[in-house]
Amino acid sequence: MAKIETIDANLYYGDFHALKNISMKMELNTVTALIGPSGCGKSTYLRLFNRMNDLIDNVRITGQILVDDEDIYSKNINVDELRIKVGMVFQKPNPFPKSIFENVAYGLRVNGEKNKSFIEDTVVHSIKQAALWDEVSDKLNKSAFELSGGQQQRLCIARALAISPSVILMDEPASALDPLSTAKIEELIHELKKEYTIVIVTHNMQQASRVSDYTAFFYLGELVEYGQTVEIFTKPKLKHTENYITGRFG
Amino acid sequence: MTKPFHKKLLEKIVEGILALSGSITSLAVLLIVIFLFKEGLGLFKRSPVAEGYVLAVNKNNPVNRIDSKVVKRIFDQEITNWKSITGKNDTIITFRLDNLNSYYSDEKIGANLENLSVCISSLVDSISGIIAFVPQKNITNDFKGKLVKPENVSAGEFFLGKEWYPTAEPSAQFGVLPLLLGTLWVSLGAILLSLPLGLAVAIYMAEVANPRIRNIFKPIIELLAGIPSVIYGFFGLVVIVPLIQSIFNLPVGETALAGSIILAIMALPTIITIAEDSIRTTPRSMKEASLALGASRWQTIYRIVIPYSISGITAAAILGIGRAVGETMAVLMVTGNAAVIPHSFLQPVRTIPATIAAELGESSQGGPHYQALFILGCILFILTLIINLTVEYISSRNKLAKR
Amino acid sequence: MISEKRRKIERSKRLSERVAFGIFRVMSLLVVGILFVILGFLVIKGFSVISWDFITKMPEDGMTKGGIYPAIIGTLYLIAGSMLFSFPIGVLSGIYINEYASNGWVVKFIRLMTNNLAGIPSIVFGLFGMSLFVNTLGFGDSIIAGSLTLGLMTLPVVIRTTEEALKSVDNSFRHGSYALGASKLQTIRRVTLPIAYPNIITGLILSIGRVSGETAPILFTVAAYFLPRLPHGIFDQVMALPYHLYVLATSGTNIEESRPMAYGTALVLIMIVLFLNLMANALRRYFSKKVKMN
Repeated sequence: MAKIETIDANLYYGDFHALKNISMKMELNTVTALIGPSGCGKSTYLRLFNRMNDLIDNVRITGQILVDDEDIYSKNINVDELRIKVGMVFQKPNPFPKSIFENVAYGLRVNGEKNKSFIEDTVVHSIKQAALWDEVSDKLNKSAFELSGGQQQRLCIARALAISPSVILMDEPASALDPLSTAKIEELIHELKKEYTIVIVTHNMQQASRVSDYTAFFYLGELVEYGQTVEIFTKPKLKHTENYITGRFG
Repeated sequence: MTKPFHKKLLEKIVEGILALSGSITSLAVLLIVIFLFKEGLGLFKRSPVAEGYVLAVNKNNPVNRIDSKVVKRIFDQEITNWKSITGKNDTIITFRLDNLNSYYSDEKIGANLENLSVCISSLVDSISGIIAFVPQKNITNDFKGKLVKPENVSAGEFFLGKEWYPTAEPSAQFGVLPLLLGTLWVSLGAILLSLPLGLAVAIYMAEVANPRIRNIFKPIIELLAGIPSVIYGFFGLVVIVPLIQSIFNLPVGETALAGSIILAIMALPTIITIAEDSIRTTPRSMKEASLALGASRWQTIYRIVIPYSISGITAAAILGIGRAVGETMAVLMVTGNAAVIPHSFLQPVRTIPATIAAELGESSQGGPHYQALFILGCILFILTLIINLTVEYISSRNKLAKR
Repeated sequence: MISEKRRKIERSKRLSERVAFGIFRVMSLLVVGILFVILGFLVIKGFSVISWDFITKMPEDGMTKGGIYPAIIGTLYLIAGSMLFSFPIGVLSGIYINEYASNGWVVKFIRLMTNNLAGIPSIVFGLFGMSLFVNTLGFGDSIIAGSLTLGLMTLPVVIRTTEEALKSVDNSFRHGSYALGASKLQTIRRVTLPIAYPNIITGLILSIGRVSGETAPILFTVAAYFLPRLPHGIFDQVMALPYHLYVLATSGTNIEESRPMAYGTALVLIMIVLFLNLMANALRRYFSKKVKMN
C-alpha cells in the first residue's frame, strides 16, 4: 500500500501552470528525494502534502492527493489534523522565539495537550530522536536562538517529531548548514526512516543519492523521471535526467 | 580634464547650503529647548504675589516670610490665627483695597485717593493682627508697618502643589499636579480604549483580511489620521458629550471620559499603522512552521505572531500615548477643563496642553502666569522627548535582535 | 480513525478562531465606520449651510450669520506662507540626508532630531512661535509668525517624504549618470530629483493638509478671533478656518445661534483636508502605475 499517492495533480498560481499532471506513489517507510533545478516545482509539490499551498492567494489545485488512501483535498478533511499527521521541516531553521523546551512542546500545546508529564516525556523523547539531547539537555529553558544553525535545524526536526507524524516533509533541510551539520542531519534521516515516511527536496545530488531510496526528477513543473535512487543515478532512462545529475545544467 | 574652478566652488557652496538645511531640525529642537526654558525657568525666581502688589503686616508681628500656599489659606479664611504660622496668638485680619470703606469714609481717603497711602499706613499700624494686600505704589517711605516677603515659587510647590489658581489674588497658586494627573488620566483612558481596538484592526489587516479589503481599509485609516483635531473636538462636543451626559445622567457631559474617547479615536491610526507594520515583519517561515504543526491561524497569531512583534506593538502603544498626551484642541473642547485632581472618568478634568491653550491668551507676557505656562510647555516637551527616545530605543534594539 | 478527544479539540480550535476573527472583523468595521459617522454627521448638518454666500461673505451679527470668507483666505495665506518656508528647506534637508551625509553617525543624529521634532506636541510649537517670532523677533501676531511656526512643524513631514522618495530611486540611475561624467550636483538635479519628484509632491500635499487643520500653533501666533476684513500684509493678523471653528463652537457670542455656522465651517474644513488627502493618494497611485509601465 502506498503511503502517499498523487493522481494527475495540477497546480496553478493564477495563470501560471506550476505543476503539470503529476502522478506518483511513495511507499511506507522510505525516503523519496525530489530533485530538479530551481523553479521546477519540487518544493511546490512537497507542499501539496500538508496543504501549505493553501496559504497563497490565487492557488488552484486539481487532481487527487492521497495520504493513507484518503484524499487530503476533499471537503471533510481537517487541515490541522492533516498537518499533525504530515510534519514538515523547512529550508532555513525557523525556531520560534521561545525556549528550546517550548519549541518542541508547541505542537502538543496547540493541539490541546494539557498533561504535563506527557508533554515533558514527549519533548525529551523527540529531542533524543533528533540526536540533539546531548547538546541541549542542560539548557532546555534557554532561548532556541542561542543554538547554532545545525542545532536549530535538528530542534526543528524534534519539534516536528513531537506531535508524532507518520510522514515528514523536508524542504532542503540542510541547504543553510555547514558540511558537518549536514552530515548529522543526513544520518538522522537514515535513523528516522525506520519509523517515518520521508519526502525530501534537495538540490544537492550527492545528498539525494546518499539519503534516499527513491528519486523523482522534476523539470518545469513536470515529473520527468521517477524510480529507485540507485537506478536514477546510475542508469537514468532519459538523457535529460542524466544531464542534470551529472551537472551539465541546473 | 579638470573642472573649472568656479564649478567646483559652486558645488562646494551648494553642499554647504544642503548641510545647513540638513541641520535645520536639530537647530529647531535646540531653539525650542532654549526658548521654552528661558521663558519658563524665571518662574522659580519670583514671588507669586500679583505684580505691583505687596503684603504688609503690623510692625510688631514676628512673621517675616510666608509661603504662597499659606497666603492663600489666610485670605480664604482657612488660617485665622497667627499662632498657627509661628506668630503670636492673635486673630488674623485680612485687608484688601475692597474693604477700605469699612475702615475709612470716602472723604477721608480723598476723591482722587490722595490719602490712600496714609490710610493704609495707619491702618496697618493700628491693627496688630492685620495682613494687608496693597499696591506697591502706596507704600511710602514713612510707612509704619512691615512688609512680609512671600517665598518664591519653589519647584517642589510647583510639581507637588495640588492647586492651580494662576490668577488668584493675593497669591497665585501654581500647583501642576491636577493638570499632570488630568493629562495622565485622559491619556491612559484613551490608550485603554484604543489599544485593544487598534491591535484588533492591525491583526485583522495584517493576518486575516484578504488584500482587497485591506486596500480599502488602509486609506480610510489614513484619512482618519488626516482629520484635524479641532474637527474631532467639535464632533466630540456636539455628539459624544451630550451622549455621555444622558447615558450617565450627569450635570455636564464634558468629562475625562469624553476626552479619552476622542483621543482614543485620534490615536487609532498611529497605533494601527505601527502595529500592523510590526506584525508584518514576522517571518513567513515562522508562521508556516506553526501551521505545519497543526496550529490554527488564530493560535499562530497569538502564540507566535504577537510575541514576535511585541516590541513593535509596545512602540505603537507608547506613540499612541504620546499622541494623546500632546493633543490640545480636541481635549480642550470636550473635557470641561476643571483644574481639580480627578477621581473618576465622569468628572471634568484639565490637561496640560489644554491649560496652555486656554490661558496663554489671558496671561501677561513675562508675568508669573505666562512663565508657569511655559514650564507646562517644558513638561510636555520632556514627556514627549522621553516617549520618542523610548520608541527609538525599542526599535533600534529590535533591529539588532532580529539582525 | 480520529478519536473523540481530538475531534473535540479541533472543534474548540475552530470555534475560538471563528470568535476571535469575528471580533476582529467587527472592530475593524467599527473603526472604519467612525470615519463615515463623522463625515456623514458633518455633511448632514452642514450641507444646508454651505452656499456661495457662505464662502464669499464676511461673518455678520456676532458670527451667527454671513460667511467665512476671511477665514478661508486666512488659511490659504497660512498654507502658502508655511510651504514657502518648509518646502525648500525640507527638500534640501532631505537631499542632504540621503545624498550627501555619508557619516552614519551624523545621519542617525539628524534623523533622531527630525523624529523628535515630529513628536513635539503642536501646542509647544505654539508656545515657541509666540516666544521667538511674536515676542523676541517682534513680528507680533502676524501671518509671518504663524506661517513660520506652522512651517517648522511640517518640516519633518517634508524631510521624511523627500528622503523616502530619494531612497526609492534606484542606484543604477545615479551610477549611469556618474558614468557619463556628471558631477554629484548635476546627477541630483537632472536625474535623481526628476525621478523622485512625484513622491515629493505627494508629501507636500499631505503636509498642506496638515497645515490647513492645525489650530494650536496658530492660537498665539496669528489667529484672530474676529477680523471681518482681509489682511493688509504679512505682518497683519488673519482669521483661520480651524480656529474659527473653535471659536464658533466654544466661545462665540451666541453659541446656540452660531451652531449652523460651526457645522458649515467644519464641513468646509474637512472637505479641504479630505480633498488634499485623496489627491495625494490618487497622485501616488497614478505615479506608481506610470513607473511600473516604464
